[in-house]
Amino acid sequence: MAEVKEDFDPYILGICCNWCTYAGADQAGTSRMQRPANLRILRVMCGGRMEPLMVIQALKNGADGVLVSHCHVGDCHYVEGNLKTFRKMPLFLKMLEQFGVNPKRVKYTQVSASEGAELTEIVKEFVKELKEIGPNPLRMEE
Amino acid sequence: MSKTINNDEEVKIGIYICDCGINIAGVIDTTTLTEYAKTLPNVSLAKEYTFMCSSIGQEMIKEDINEGLINRVVVAACSPRMHEPTFRTVVREAGLNEFLFEQANIREHASWVNLDDSEGALKIAKDHVRMAVAKLNELKPLEVELVKVEPTCLIIGAGIAGMYASLDLAQEGYDVYLVEKEPTIGGHMAQLDKTFPTMDCSACILTPKMVDVEREEKIHLMTYSEVDNVDGYVGNFDVTIKKKPHYIDQEACTGCGACAIECPVICGNEFELGIGTRKAAYIPFPQAIPGKYTIDMTKCIKCGICASPDVCEPDAIRLDQKPEYIDVKVGTIIAATGWDLYDPTELKQYGYGKYPNVITGFEMERLLSSYGPLEGKPVRPSDLKPPHVLGFLQCVGSRDFRPGKNKYCSRVCCMYATKQARQYKEKHPEASVYIFYTDIRAFGKGYEEFYESAGENFNIKFIRGRIGELYENKDHSLIVRAEDTFLQKQIEIKLDMLVLSCGLEPRHDSDQIASLLTIQKSSDGFFMEAHPKLRPVDTLTSGIFIAGVAQGPKDIPDTVAQAKGAASSAATLMAMGEFAIEPYYSIVLEQKCSGCKSCQSLCPFNAISFDVIKNIAVINKALCKGCGTCAAACPSDAIVQNHFSDDQIFAMINTAIPPLAKTENGGK
Repeated sequence: MAEVKEDFDPYILGICCNWCTYAGADQAGTSRMQRPANLRILRVMCGGRMEPLMVIQALKNGADGVLVSHCHVGDCHYVEGNLKTFRKMPLFLKMLEQFGVNPKRVKYTQVSASEGAELTEIVKEFVKELKEIGPNPLRMEE
Repeated sequence: MSKTINNDEEVKIGIYICDCGINIAGVIDTTTLTEYAKTLPNVSLAKEYTFMCSSIGQEMIKEDINEGLINRVVVAACSPRMHEPTFRTVVREAGLNEFLFEQANIREHASWVNLDDSEGALKIAKDHVRMAVAKLNELKPLEVELVKVEPTCLIIGAGIAGMYASLDLAQEGYDVYLVEKEPTIGGHMAQLDKTFPTMDCSACILTPKMVDVEREEKIHLMTYSEVDNVDGYVGNFDVTIKKKPHYIDQEACTGCGACAIECPVICGNEFELGIGTRKAAYIPFPQAIPGKYTIDMTKCIKCGICASPDVCEPDAIRLDQKPEYIDVKVGTIIAATGWDLYDPTELKQYGYGKYPNVITGFEMERLLSSYGPLEGKPVRPSDLKPPHVLGFLQCVGSRDFRPGKNKYCSRVCCMYATKQARQYKEKHPEASVYIFYTDIRAFGKGYEEFYESAGENFNIKFIRGRIGELYENKDHSLIVRAEDTFLQKQIEIKLDMLVLSCGLEPRHDSDQIASLLTIQKSSDGFFMEAHPKLRPVDTLTSGIFIAGVAQGPKDIPDTVAQAKGAASSAATLMAMGEFAIEPYYSIVLEQKCSGCKSCQSLCPFNAISFDVIKNIAVINKALCKGCGTCAAACPSDAIVQNHFSDDQIFAMINTAIPPLAKTENGGK
């Protein structure tokens, strides 16, 4: 399991809020911070819009990893939308484990609009971790 | 089979791939991407152009819509946070509903972060375009909501930035609520003696403006007050302002000062940075506006002397005064909350707080000030004699790359140290003055000339090198060791006094203001602008603007310029009178709602009420800000968030992940 598969190119779907993490990813781009080409970002307005089912659906569809990220606690553009997800996630990750899914396939972070560098590090780290975990067996082949 | 919109019109998607010069095309093979886009469901055409945001690019989209070739649009280009409004306008002008548009981010999220990985960037670009098409197939036309913009502005902070913004807006005819925490307006600028590079007396140029602010009818000045709560949205903010008790009736007080004369309590004066004293009943400085007195309850011993009719003739003392809460409705907000001086106590090597003759630049400013505690005759604290050898150390609390320190340049310290050095030399031409610097940054108009003249005409010695070692002699003089990096030589100098040119920091309470206004802060802790170059006074929250050092360190001319810019941006919004908000509010599907009320407690804006007769939740779309938290939580799927509905998001998730290719190395 711990063996790193170098030729495996993990697919990561990010579900990120418009005001912080999406903006932080924009900032990373504007600053030309280089990261491995593994992250696609689906934009929602608030971290509170994230439903666990969205993550499950992405994993079912074969995503190797899902990154859920929103504003830091206290910074939410909608005051406390992110807190709802903040409370949901620990339970959800526990549930995933009980379902037999490696909870490490889901990364949950808080990245602000000025933290492009942090996001870059998070993606690098996540790619490394996913390479250790290996491909999602549910990914379809052509 | 083609998907249809409500009027049974066939969905015809047009995809426009932007090269963005070489920003995208230099990394991503846009021709391949265009060919790929043509294969996606319901796509009628896919085109590539150098700059989609240019007028030619915009016309391309309009022509295709007008000729009936397409009825929905994807632009794959920069971030939607950059150009979504541009392309929505294009779509609207061509007669299509502007929400039948989706932007795929292939620049910030693909080409720019994978400059050396064309293949990887193309793979991400394809995924993003495919997701955009999937969402577009599910999109529904929406109507823009226009909200009225109240022609009133709240300005937080009455330093030079807040004052200028207030004056501009008031003269344009808007009502301004100017809220200041301290008992007087004027901010830090009131504490300065002279200003570089023109050597204008700070008080002489500031105090007339302070009087203007007080006199201006449209400015509702609220000193000794704090913003307690902010609700609502652009154009319609409901603000609660807390007026702290002055313990003196401000209407009745005539500013005669008898209470301060009779007050027996003597304490440090904050305005003089503790160098001078004041009474518990006080006015921060003689030219303070409003010129009314305040009792500092943390210092007051409640002896009651001031309250006696012999002392306070107008009978204005109210020792039992309570805080007052005032509700106002404003259309726009400008945060001009200013800065704190870096506290050098933590830099133990410089001995601030331990050695009496090490002071900060701001303290030096008060010592040099003709209306300061020493009437402009600076002396060293240990023996109250003017120092013969004076040193300045630059970049204290700035340009420090150790973890947790301020990495940025505070921009004003080089110039204020040079100015103070020159002021001291003017008073004591016989003294030796040294400035230990990292780099001299004399960036403004006339600054370089000022710096040159300081060396040439005033014989101030600039030494390039930070002080490495400092210790105190028995007579409290200081021995400093530094490396002159130009001569590559160790130097040791005996100083009578050392001034630490401390940098500027975000205010200690800026976190509270940021969360009150739901605005973001950049990594240095200052408020973040919506775009570093093109939207320098806007925040990501519509209707809220920033000005002055609250946004980042700057000198007085830049602060005034930014304040006037913020005032102009706020005025533009208020002059339009209406503001279009994105209709991303949520709606309740009556048939599906089971009346569980789960959503009600989740809404941060109290936008959800409960219809007891129908037994369903009801969302007030004027209050809903469109976060979608309720839509995510509804166990019956009865809540739909416009433009981010389950159908739309799941359509994206379901097409996001391409099957692993066996032949191509896309999946590897």
